[in-house]
Amino acid sequence: MKKSICVVLTLLFVLPAFAACGTSSNPSGDSPDKMKLYVLNWGDYIDEDVLAEFISGHPEIEMHYDTTTSNEEMLIQVQNESSIYDLCVPSDYMISKMVKMDLLQPLDFSQIPNFENIDPAFLGKEFDPENRYSVPYLWGTVGIVYNKTMVSEPVDSWEILWDPDYSKQIIMYDSIRDSMAVALKKLGYSMNSTDPDQIAQAEAELIRQKPLVLAYLVDDIRERMISGSAAFGVMYAGDAITCIEENPDLEYVIPKEGSNVWFDNAVLLKRSQNAEAAHIFINYLCDAEVARRNSEYIGYSTPNKAAMEMMDDWNEDPIFNPPKEVVDRCEAYVDLGDAISLYNDAWLRIKGQ
Amino acid sequence: MRRRFFAYPYILWMLALILLPMAVIIFYAFTTGEAGGNRFTLSYIIKIFDMLNIRILLRSVWLSLLATAVCLVVAYPVAYILSRIPSRKTPFLYVLFVVPMWMNFLLRTYAWMILLDMNGLVNRFLVMLGFGRVQLMYNMSAVVFGMIYNFLPFMILPIYTMLLKIPAELVEAAQDLGADDGRVFWRVVFPLSLPGVVSGVTMVFIPGITTFAISRLLGGSQFMLFGDLIENQFILLQDWHFGSALSLMMMVLVFVCMAVSSGFDKETKGGALI
Repeated sequence: MKKSICVVLTLLFVLPAFAACGTSSNPSGDSPDKMKLYVLNWGDYIDEDVLAEFISGHPEIEMHYDTTTSNEEMLIQVQNESSIYDLCVPSDYMISKMVKMDLLQPLDFSQIPNFENIDPAFLGKEFDPENRYSVPYLWGTVGIVYNKTMVSEPVDSWEILWDPDYSKQIIMYDSIRDSMAVALKKLGYSMNSTDPDQIAQAEAELIRQKPLVLAYLVDDIRERMISGSAAFGVMYAGDAITCIEENPDLEYVIPKEGSNVWFDNAVLLKRSQNAEAAHIFINYLCDAEVARRNSEYIGYSTPNKAAMEMMDDWNEDPIFNPPKEVVDRCEAYVDLGDAISLYNDAWLRIKGQ
Repeated sequence: MRRRFFAYPYILWMLALILLPMAVIIFYAFTTGEAGGNRFTLSYIIKIFDMLNIRILLRSVWLSLLATAVCLVVAYPVAYILSRIPSRKTPFLYVLFVVPMWMNFLLRTYAWMILLDMNGLVNRFLVMLGFGRVQLMYNMSAVVFGMIYNFLPFMILPIYTMLLKIPAELVEAAQDLGADDGRVFWRVVFPLSLPGVVSGVTMVFIPGITTFAISRLLGGSQFMLFGDLIENQFILLQDWHFGSALSLMMMVLVFVCMAVSSGFDKETKGGALI
């Protein structure tokens, strides 16, 4: 008897602690008449003031804004059956995956009048050919950032990342798709190749390159390139703009073999309980002024034509607004389906070397 | 009865957060995730012995051995000196060694990244002295250095505690019997401090082989360690089954190390009595 009282007391003591974990995401002041909107975006991927203005301008919406760090994590967070999210901003290949997994619902474009601001060049892409599920948010390219004081020859090809003269001067991007894309493009293949032979060749290239590589990094690349730790770094265009502002010796180039062009689009999840609020938010993001402020704050290019027209000085920057022929050389990622395991295995062999 | 009551929260804690996860790991390691449900399989266990994984494991063991050896060489004299210092000064010195342990190891490792950067303090100092800048990060030494820095207190403390426990009478007796300082140290002090050395070695070597993150931060992800391999399976590849199999392998290794060290411990204690 005493024993069971002890157990009960212990449970009373411990369980509230667990229960608290489960409910902490719920707002404290529940107001039933408010529309709740749950948004999942990338970290540092919206101008905080823009978000604050939306919240104050829409008292009928109760905003819950969360961030994540990769497409794969985003997928895990929204595919869960208990997922609360209405809206997220995945990249191209993840959008096609989410469509395939039946996680998205078609948007009602009559509720998004600002959609007309979007440049038609960013519509009808492979991941959403009929523009049913997604609205472009930001886009950009991947290229090489190099330090002009450390490199004398012209940089125009991925080949230079295999040049033994620059041993331990090269920083690669620590991600499966981005590093494999560099090797595949260097070899003249598609970065979406599912041919085991081409993938094996790319793997061999990256293994051959490994002794020349100083480090495989993600966010730290910016810091190291600014400090002059390395001559070359594979980088996203938006990050490159930030780096060049800090260190004018740096230059960004999209290699002639072509590179990755990516699109981050807002999508509405099938499980959304608040489609109306989600449409209001998407429409807000498409507003020209809002898109301009977001783009300038984040440094990535905006697909919003009306916003671009307001950003004269930015438009002249070929990193921010690359010429059409350069973009045409680039390829977007597509969802590889099961073939991704070929990439995964290759990557582990490269990194484990 | 009363005392047992206070044990319940911990027993619950152990069940929920130690034993249950271990059971889950064992379950995942021996079942297949492929369509058709949870069937028993040894394929993930067999996959561990792939050349690539073994090489990564050996690299972990080797780096950990290096770090342990350096820690021991550095820590023993420190612990010895610390134990000889008059006791009113020791609290201050003791705190100096323990304070870094209060900070999360990731923070300390990030601090080193700032120090070792091309524009970091160390390089600025080198430039001031008229030398060129040197790339101090992103090599194997930086990884070992990070491990040594993080684990050094775990080597110093057990040795220090053991040295403190040695009765001064034993040293005096040896001196009375005509032993010189070297002889006193090697025949009396060192053998008596061995249990401290053994637990120090265990406390550095085991975290050493399970290290991850340090190799990514200070080694630039070039030297994948066993801990990184496990992390990759769970986070990047989402292969919980193989990740669990690797974790199980790691647990077995840790248990073997602990068994060896506790065996050693008993032996030296027995030896110390004679």
